[in-house]
Amino acid sequence: MSPLRKRPAPRGAIGAAFSRCSQGKRSAFIPFLVAGDPSLEATPDLLRALVAGGADVIELGVAFSDPIADGPTIQRASHRALVAGSSLSAVLGIVERHREELGVPIVLFTYYNPVHARGVEVFAAQAADSGVDGVLCVDLPPDEGLLELQPALEERGVDSIYLIAATSTRERIDRAAASSNGFVYYTARSDVTGERDDLIPTLAREVRRVRRRVRLPVAVGFGISTPEQVGEVARVAHGVVVGSSLVRLVEENAAEADLAARLERRVGELTAPLLR
Amino acid sequence: MKVRTPLAADALAPDEGGRYGVYGGRYAPETLMAPLEELSRAYDRLRRKRSFTRRLRHLLEHYVGRPTPLYFAERLTEQLGGARIYLKREDLLHTGAHKINNALGQVLLAREMGKTRIIAETGAGQHGVATATAAALLGLDCVVYMGEEDMRRQRLNVYRMQLLGAEVVAVDAGSQTLKDAINEAFRDWVASFADTHYVLGTVTGPEPYPRMVRQFHSVIGAEARRQLRRLAGTADPDVAVACVGGGSNAMGLFSAFLDRPDVLLVGVEAGGRGPDLGDHAARFAGGTLGVLHGARTLVLQDEEGQVVGTHSVSAGLDYPAVGPEHVFLHEHGQIEFTSATDQEAIDAFHLLSATEGILPALESAHAIAEVERRAPGMDGDQVILVNLSGRGDKDVESVLEYDAASGPGAPTFSSASGSGSGSAEGDDR
Repeated sequence: MSPLRKRPAPRGAIGAAFSRCSQGKRSAFIPFLVAGDPSLEATPDLLRALVAGGADVIELGVAFSDPIADGPTIQRASHRALVAGSSLSAVLGIVERHREELGVPIVLFTYYNPVHARGVEVFAAQAADSGVDGVLCVDLPPDEGLLELQPALEERGVDSIYLIAATSTRERIDRAAASSNGFVYYTARSDVTGERDDLIPTLAREVRRVRRRVRLPVAVGFGISTPEQVGEVARVAHGVVVGSSLVRLVEENAAEADLAARLERRVGELTAPLLR
Repeated sequence: MKVRTPLAADALAPDEGGRYGVYGGRYAPETLMAPLEELSRAYDRLRRKRSFTRRLRHLLEHYVGRPTPLYFAERLTEQLGGARIYLKREDLLHTGAHKINNALGQVLLAREMGKTRIIAETGAGQHGVATATAAALLGLDCVVYMGEEDMRRQRLNVYRMQLLGAEVVAVDAGSQTLKDAINEAFRDWVASFADTHYVLGTVTGPEPYPRMVRQFHSVIGAEARRQLRRLAGTADPDVAVACVGGGSNAMGLFSAFLDRPDVLLVGVEAGGRGPDLGDHAARFAGGTLGVLHGARTLVLQDEEGQVVGTHSVSAGLDYPAVGPEHVFLHEHGQIEFTSATDQEAIDAFHLLSATEGILPALESAHAIAEVERRAPGMDGDQVILVNLSGRGDKDVESVLEYDAASGPGAPTFSSASGSGSGSAEGDDR
């Protein structure tokens, strides 16, 4: 009874989004924001801005008190969101109210504890009912996820997305690939999240190594922040994730009346290299 | 007298995934999974390697000062009027606490693995000092993460680490205590594992940390049994008591008695200011099942799964989670948990200082507080074994502040001014 059985090709809204991009011969753009930063009220407008700017899939971050995989920018955003009253309940509420209107798949990007505290069965049911398309828990590797969260999400048709890292052995890549639906997420750096001046020189080779072993689309994130970097990563990856630089834009412009417009413009700049 | 039914030996070891029943495991970001697997393999190889264990034993004896004495606390016994109280004197170890057993073991392991840099978190500073010491001894670079609030409470230990050549990095996130220091150490490690070993200081974290840290401390219980047999005429005390932050000194002591049905094992948590969430670090009283710092265990958290602040007068117990094996053993009736408040710990600090001439660490004072409650109700031929896990020199300033803030009636220091307090306000870091 191996949990590593082969899965069908992408399905659901996430799979469809990647298929559309692939038909258009381009990579998918996947922006990340922390839900509730700077406020719960502002979040729907910011999500609309992401879509208007060209998001194909949205990674919606669930704030957590102890974000061990995040650098200072997302740590601060998580803190602001928690102070503003954000929580997993609040995030599910936002998805429930706005998923249909937004029209793009939403992946919850979360630490495992908020999910665990709710109970995986309850969470899976609520996620599915709210319209959540996929769930990625940063600190839940397939070793643990297959025993707990995965079956509950699977039963309700919500995709599980696992991380693959430069340190992942072939066995671990295979396990993540066999356990994921929708796409797999390759972390471009062995580091916490955050903007970096350069991509690591071996990135293209590393992504190809993963792609050879994985049938699902491969999205790449961590340390990608400029249009140039997006363009470079898009040459080898099916999807490009940009997080910290957008979160920083929100931080620096939180008080501005045209925050959403600025965000949309920035997403437009970041997606431009994908449309050429 | 049988006080519990021990678990079978094979039920006591974690499974391959580091799970004790449903507790423990390896909940880590993918980047760290392969390094953790490598660490498990290296540890399993080295703990069976004669040259490694011989070298560790040699250093523990000649550098650290093992075995530590077992001491019959005669005046304390008389004063409390009940069970005979024996103190396992881990406070007499080099660097002043049990922490060096594990730090030295792990730094030795790191060097064998070819690592050149050591990182650690610290709360009270004892684990940081121990790790900085081991790194200095073995010639490795060392960075210690410490919450700013803890740096204020334990500034002498900060300077000690710096004297030992370590870089102490202030963590100003969150509650600025042990939990945040661990977060920051993990963030460092995720980018540095290639040349760096993370010396986690307690029996929690992802596999293999809980079993590895326990093993490096199991010498405490093993020695205590031998010494008790000689000193008290029985290897098995009626009660064994230890304070529990993450739970490393307790696991070290209790590990020798898990198969002894006559020994009641008691862990003492930090009761802090009182029973409200946020005012204490009593996970067994106020915690719920959660996943923090790589392990599934009891966590002080709200209903949304956000980890809440904790409070204890002792920095080393000021932590919202507890080692997963403790939770497993508690669930199976092997360890009883109780707590002592800040005030009870301070009182116990004074009591042991005045009756035995021993200043206990405020962490260990929580265990003494439990002895104070328990001993008078026991017979004179019964034995309580306490792990005196560390010495209190580092805490003198905290005790002074606490007593001053408590105002008149506080023992010994009642005339001091009320300028200090246990809060973060007015800190002068």
